[in-house]
Amino acid sequence: MPPATRRPAFWRTAGFRATLYQVLVIALLVGAVAWMTETARQAMHARGIASGFDFLLDRAGFAIGHAFFVFTPQDTYLRAFVVGLGNSLVVAAAGLVTATVMGVALGLSRLSGNWLLSRAAGLYVELFRNTPQLVQIVFWYALFTLLPGPRQAWNLLDLAFVSNRGLLMPWPAQSGVFGLALLLLVPGVFLARAFLRLADRRRRAGRPLRGTALLAAVVLLAPSAVGWLALGAPTGWSVPALRGFNFVGGLGLSPEFLALYFGLSFYIAAFVAEIVRAGILSVGRGQVEAAQAIGLGRADLYRKIVFPQAMRVVVPPLAAQYISLVKNSSLGVAIGYPELFSVTNTVLTLSGHTIEAIAIMALVYLVLALAIGALADIVNRAVRIRER
Amino acid sequence: MATGSFAIEGGGPPRPPPPVARGVVGWVRRNLLANPFDAVVTVLLGLAIAWLVPRAFAWAVVDAVWYTPDGSACRAAAGACWAIIAEKHRLILFGTYPYGEQWRGAAVIALFVGLIGLSAIDRIPLRLRLAAWAAASVAILVLMLGGLFGLQPVGTHLWGGLPLTIVIFVATVAGGMPLAVLLALGRQSELPAIRAVSVGIVEVVRGLPLIAVLFVASLIFPLFVPPELSVDKLVRAIIGMIIFFGAYAAEIVRGGLQAIPAGQHEAARALGLGYHPRMRLVVLPQALALVVPALLNDIIRAFKNTTFVAILGLFDVLGAAKVALEDPVWVRYAPEVYIFIFLLYLLFCLAFSRRGMAIERRLAGRRR
Repeated sequence: MPPATRRPAFWRTAGFRATLYQVLVIALLVGAVAWMTETARQAMHARGIASGFDFLLDRAGFAIGHAFFVFTPQDTYLRAFVVGLGNSLVVAAAGLVTATVMGVALGLSRLSGNWLLSRAAGLYVELFRNTPQLVQIVFWYALFTLLPGPRQAWNLLDLAFVSNRGLLMPWPAQSGVFGLALLLLVPGVFLARAFLRLADRRRRAGRPLRGTALLAAVVLLAPSAVGWLALGAPTGWSVPALRGFNFVGGLGLSPEFLALYFGLSFYIAAFVAEIVRAGILSVGRGQVEAAQAIGLGRADLYRKIVFPQAMRVVVPPLAAQYISLVKNSSLGVAIGYPELFSVTNTVLTLSGHTIEAIAIMALVYLVLALAIGALADIVNRAVRIRER
Repeated sequence: MATGSFAIEGGGPPRPPPPVARGVVGWVRRNLLANPFDAVVTVLLGLAIAWLVPRAFAWAVVDAVWYTPDGSACRAAAGACWAIIAEKHRLILFGTYPYGEQWRGAAVIALFVGLIGLSAIDRIPLRLRLAAWAAASVAILVLMLGGLFGLQPVGTHLWGGLPLTIVIFVATVAGGMPLAVLLALGRQSELPAIRAVSVGIVEVVRGLPLIAVLFVASLIFPLFVPPELSVDKLVRAIIGMIIFFGAYAAEIVRGGLQAIPAGQHEAARALGLGYHPRMRLVVLPQALALVVPALLNDIIRAFKNTTFVAILGLFDVLGAAKVALEDPVWVRYAPEVYIFIFLLYLLFCLAFSRRGMAIERRLAGRRR
């Protein structure tokens, strides 16, 4: 055979094959979708099922109990979705904060020189990581239902009560004002950071400020305090009290919420602990020794040398765990916490609009996952190594 | 000796180590009381353990009831009621599988445990171990389904308990791995349409909760295909599991593919290997070997995730436990049942994760 003089037949060229494969894949995909849609359309037509999203504005006709937002049978399906999403977000946000704090503490504990502490943290991680999250959630729920009734509730200083109805605790009477104060912590953080930079510059210039930490705390809390004072400085608290067979006042957290919250945060905390541990171990031994050699204290060593470098290793897997936590809030369906998935399940059963309901739910979860992913990307870009 | 040095000529005699660094006292000082903070932590943790451990022991062992057929002794006891496990273990372990045929479920469990043990022996060639898994998968299916070798046929709607968990798990990994490799290769492909389809599938599935993927598979799938093609509930659940596992494992495999140096591709191309042999013989074996520890994490998660099928109404260990707890005599002893299930999963998951660590250590050793 003469070497490479004749051009290969056109169906043997790489370009033709590339086109062929792609056309095949697309055709297969489009064909499958078209065929399935047609089948579904015929089946629904035969059964007389209407399609479309008009049902969203119909009266839902079911109630949602024990959650953070009011929902009555007179409300629409659309509102049911919104309430479900709200419940999902509340439990996920509480879980994220708890899992992060616990995870960092556990990760640092595992690296501690204290034998007892590192062993205890290790036991926790192994135990919670190697058992199914759903069984954990169901387990907590089973425990809470076995607690004594409201009249025999466990009593903490007459302020908080734990019973089989959940946890009741004092709560600011005008919670809106306190919510705003909490929100004003965000500008406080920025102000405090700016102040710390200023203090740092003065220290380098040889004119250190006295009481920097205290002043920074004041700057941090100032916007919140101003906001709270401007709105009349409410100090009233709503304290739960037993009236008849049940409690009134205070903030009530249902057993369903608590079980899901425990199950989400304790499980993810074990994974966060491992991520934090790996991140800290990834910082070179030499970095720590160099910092100690120039006389950096323990707090500064972690704040200025170890954490910033560990962040690069920590952020991507941490984001994956956060997404997993938010998605697994859907396990509330197993214990009757009315989160988005659970509400979707009810809506599709009652309305018969299975496809539309699942499509809405899927879209919301996708948007949530993408949003967390995008946030993680921003953080990741801020902490990555800038190489010259 | 250099001039200007203040060193003592010859030096002094070697000094003994500080006395506190030796023996039990030294160990305690170093590991429990190194500084004031450590001392406080040790005391607090010690107190917590001293409070908790005797109480837990009393509840779980001393005051526990191990056997009572009608639950009467449990109601009177202050401790755990393990009698519910003694009473309901057949239901929890085998679900609704016909009582007389449950030895087949036990055989499936034994086969699975044996295979995990076999897989840990590095002296057996990998090919042989994989062949053993393939053969065992067929054996498990035959044992569960019956209808062959004089075994009484048992429909999948009757499957339950730990054998069902094992079937779902093995099918998920066996079906999910090829899907993962396909999706990973698709994502790395130079053909834009194939890349876009792969990226789309992986990102959408990874953005959804597993329970939503299972719902789509079990509720929406039957709407879109004619009734003749509609498969049963268990198969639909397994399809959902495979797709979910595949999307996650695909990202791990992709990481492995990215770690293969371009030189490997170029060398294979220089040898005249086309795409398929190049991937099959050169790139994939190296990429998969690299990501085995990471894949084991996903495999452990797949094992834990089998519990999700309980929400679909299948009677896996968790689903069967819920049925067991519907008995009014035993309904109060749910924590005991769930602790039993925890131990069951802990046993398997620890076996998997120890295996992953061993492989990781071996890989690290090889690279050094």
